[in-house]
Amino acid sequence: MGRKLLTEHINVEGIDTFEVYRKHGGYRSVEKALKTMTPDEVVEEVKKSGLRGRGGAGFPTGMKWSFLAKPEGVPRYLVCNADESEPGTFKDRQLMSKLPHLLVEGMITSSYALGANTSYIYIRGELLYVLRILEKAIAEAYAAGFLGKNILGSGYDLDLYVHPGGGAYICGEETALLESLEGKRGNPRNKPPFPAVQGLYARPTVVNNVESIAAVPVIVNDGGDEYAKIGVGRSTGTKLISACGHLNKPGIYEIELGVPVEEFIYSDEYCGGVWKGRDLKAVVAGGSSVPILPKELILKTAAGEPRLMTYESLSDGGFVTGTMLGSGGFIAMDETTCIVRNTWNFSRFYHHESCGQCSPCREGTGWLEKILHRLEHGHGNERDIDVLASVAKQIEGNTICPLGEAAAWPVSAAIRHFRDEFEWHVRYPQEATRPGAVFPGKAVLA
Amino acid sequence: MAKITFDGIEVDVPDGTTILNAARTIGGGIVPPAMCYYTPLKGSGGKCRACLVRVAAGSAKDPRPMPKLVASCVTPVQDGMVVENTTSEQVLNVRKGIVEMLLINHPLDCPVCDQAGECDLQNFAFEHGVSTTRYEEERRTFEKIDIGPLIQLHMTRCILCYRCVFTADQLTEKRVHGVLGRGDAAEIGTYIENIIDNEFSGNVIDVCPVGALTDKTFRFKQRVWFTKPVNAHRDCENPKCCGKVVLWYKGKDVLRVTARKDQYGEVKEWICNTCRFDKKETSDWTLEGPAHIDRSSVISANHYELPVLNAQVIADLPESSVRDLEQNPPMRLGN
Repeated sequence: MGRKLLTEHINVEGIDTFEVYRKHGGYRSVEKALKTMTPDEVVEEVKKSGLRGRGGAGFPTGMKWSFLAKPEGVPRYLVCNADESEPGTFKDRQLMSKLPHLLVEGMITSSYALGANTSYIYIRGELLYVLRILEKAIAEAYAAGFLGKNILGSGYDLDLYVHPGGGAYICGEETALLESLEGKRGNPRNKPPFPAVQGLYARPTVVNNVESIAAVPVIVNDGGDEYAKIGVGRSTGTKLISACGHLNKPGIYEIELGVPVEEFIYSDEYCGGVWKGRDLKAVVAGGSSVPILPKELILKTAAGEPRLMTYESLSDGGFVTGTMLGSGGFIAMDETTCIVRNTWNFSRFYHHESCGQCSPCREGTGWLEKILHRLEHGHGNERDIDVLASVAKQIEGNTICPLGEAAAWPVSAAIRHFRDEFEWHVRYPQEATRPGAVFPGKAVLA
Repeated sequence: MAKITFDGIEVDVPDGTTILNAARTIGGGIVPPAMCYYTPLKGSGGKCRACLVRVAAGSAKDPRPMPKLVASCVTPVQDGMVVENTTSEQVLNVRKGIVEMLLINHPLDCPVCDQAGECDLQNFAFEHGVSTTRYEEERRTFEKIDIGPLIQLHMTRCILCYRCVFTADQLTEKRVHGVLGRGDAAEIGTYIENIIDNEFSGNVIDVCPVGALTDKTFRFKQRVWFTKPVNAHRDCENPKCCGKVVLWYKGKDVLRVTARKDQYGEVKEWICNTCRFDKKETSDWTLEGPAHIDRSSVISANHYELPVLNAQVIADLPESSVRDLEQNPPMRLGN
C-alpha cells in the first residue's frame, strides 16, 4: 500500500469540521510555521520537497514562490486555483469537499510563507456546494483564531475569501482567473508581465492549484527532505489521480509518484483492470488536453521500459511516443472505443470553451471540431485528416494562453497514433459510423 | 538603451520598447503586420497574432531562444535580443495560417466594402496569404445590427481585434459596447439594444482595421481611391478634439472627414463627432494642402501631391507655358 499524505483521514467521520480535523493533527503546520519558522524557511522547505504544481504544468512550486516580487509597502496575494474543469480531472473537488480544512490550512501556511495578508480561493461557480463547505471551514478557522488578525499571537494577519467564478474553463488559466477575480471578462493576459510581478490588481501574486497548496502542510510538518524521499527522481511526493473511463474501479487515488502505469491500471489497489474483461486500447493520462497514447506506449516507453506515473516517464519521448502527467486526469479507453468520436468529443469542449480573444484559437478550435464532426458522421474526405493535423499545428504554440495547445494536442496525438482509424472513417463511412462499430484493424485498409 | 538585432539589422532602442516598435524604427517591409495593436490605445495588442516573430536569442545575459513565437507588439526588447521576422520560415508559415484563420469568417466582399483600399486585412492577406482556402465548413452570419445613426456595424467582417472596445473605453466616459459571447461565437455588441452616440464614437470607425465599423454618412458614396485627401483644421470647441483632420474630396464635395493617420494607419490625434460628421463644407475648414499618402497604398493611384511633368504633353503646350514651366520646374514623374 502506498502512503497517503493528503487523504489519510479522508474517510474519518466529521473530518470536514474544525474539531475533528484538529484532533487528527490539523493546523499543526500553521502553528509550526508561525511560531518557529520565518517565511523564507517555509519557502525553503517547499523548495527542498521538490513539489511540482499539481494543476497540470508541473512547475516547481518552491521556485515559483521564490519568483514572487517583494517590493516594499506593496501587498502580495496568494490565489488558489480551484477552477478545476478539465474533462477527466475531478480530484480537487473531492479534496475540497471532504477535506476543506486541509486546503484552508495550506492557504494559511502558504500565505505566511509568501507574505500575503489577503488570499483567495477562486472556485468554479458550478461547485456551489463545495463553496459552502469551504466557507463554513473558513468561518470555523476564523473562530478558532487561525484566520484574521494576529493569528496565534504571531503578529501575522490573514483574510481568506472564497470567490465563485462563472463556470468557464478558460478561467482556470491563471491570468484569466485573475481577470475574472478582478470582476472582468475572463480573458487571459499577455505574458510578460507574469503574475509574480503583476498579478491580482497588478500586484505580485502566486497562483497555485488546490492539490499543491494542500501538500504544503504535509511538507511543513514532516520537512521538505522527508517529502522528497517519496517518488522517483524529480517527481516527488504523492499525486491525486482521478481515474475514469473503462475501468473496473474508477475513482480518485492518491499514489506515490513512480507507480508503474500497468500496476495503476490493473492492480486491485488501484483501478482493478479494464472493465468487462476487455482489452485496453488507449489512455489519456493527464486530463483531456494531454496527448492520447495507445496501449503499447502507455504501458511501456518506446525503449521498452515500464512507463511510470511520473512527470518524466510519462513525457518520455516527447509527444512522439510520450504524453504528460498533467493534472492527473486518467481516462482509460477499452478496445471498443472510437478514437475519432472521442477526439471529436474533446474538440467540442475546447471549441465551446475558447475565449475567442486570439485568432488561431477562436477560429481554429471551431475548424477542428467541424472537420471531426464530419469525419465522425461519415462525411469526411481524403484531405480532411491532413487538414486537421495542419490546423492543429497552426494553433499549437501560437496563442495567448495554453488553451490553444489543449485543443490541438488531443487532435495531433489521435492522428499520430490512430491515423488508420481516421482513414477508415473516410473510406468506409457507412461501416465506421454504424452504432457500435469497432475499428477492425489495419488489414481492412490494406 | 537596448541593442537588438532585427532580421540582421542592429538597432538601439530605449528600454521597454516593444519588438514591433523597435522594428518600426527601422521601417520598410520588415516591419511585422499588426491587426490589433494600436499605439494610441493602451492595452491593445497580442490578440490577432499577426505580428508573431521568432526570438532566436532572448538577451545578452540569457541568449537562449524563446521556446514559442512571441507577439512582437506586446513583448519588450532585451539588450542583446536577436529577432527573426522575414528571415524565419516558421514565422512566414504561421503568418499564412493566421491569414487563413482570419479569413474563415471574414467575407470577401471587398468590392462592396467601404474599407476596401484602406483595409489592413486586405493588405495583410495580399502580403502574407495564399490564394485559396481549405475551409469547407459553414461560415457564421449575422442579422443586421443597428448601433445608431452614424456608425454601421457589419459583424460578419469583424475580426475581434478589440480596438473599438479600447477606443470607447479610453476616449469616452460611458462605453456601451464590448465583446459578447465566446470563441468563434464572440461578437461586438451592445448587449441590450443600444446606440453608440457619444461625442467621440466616430473614432471607432478610424481604428477598425477592416470594414466592420463604417461611416454611415459615407457608405457607398465613393471608392476611396477616387477621392482626394486634403489636410485641414479648425478651432474645435471640444477641448479633447484636436481639430486636425483629413477631408476626402470628390470634386468640390467633402464626402468624408477622418482623423489623420501615420504610416502604420494609426490615428495621430482623436477628433470629435462634430468635426467628423457635421463639418462637411470646405468653408468650415482651413485647408493645409494634400495629405501625404504612402505610395504603396491603392489610394495613391489617383493622388498627386505636386504637379507632374509629362514630356509628351509638354511638346504640345504653347510656348508661353513651356517658358513658365522652365522657370518654375515642377516635379518630374518618377523623381
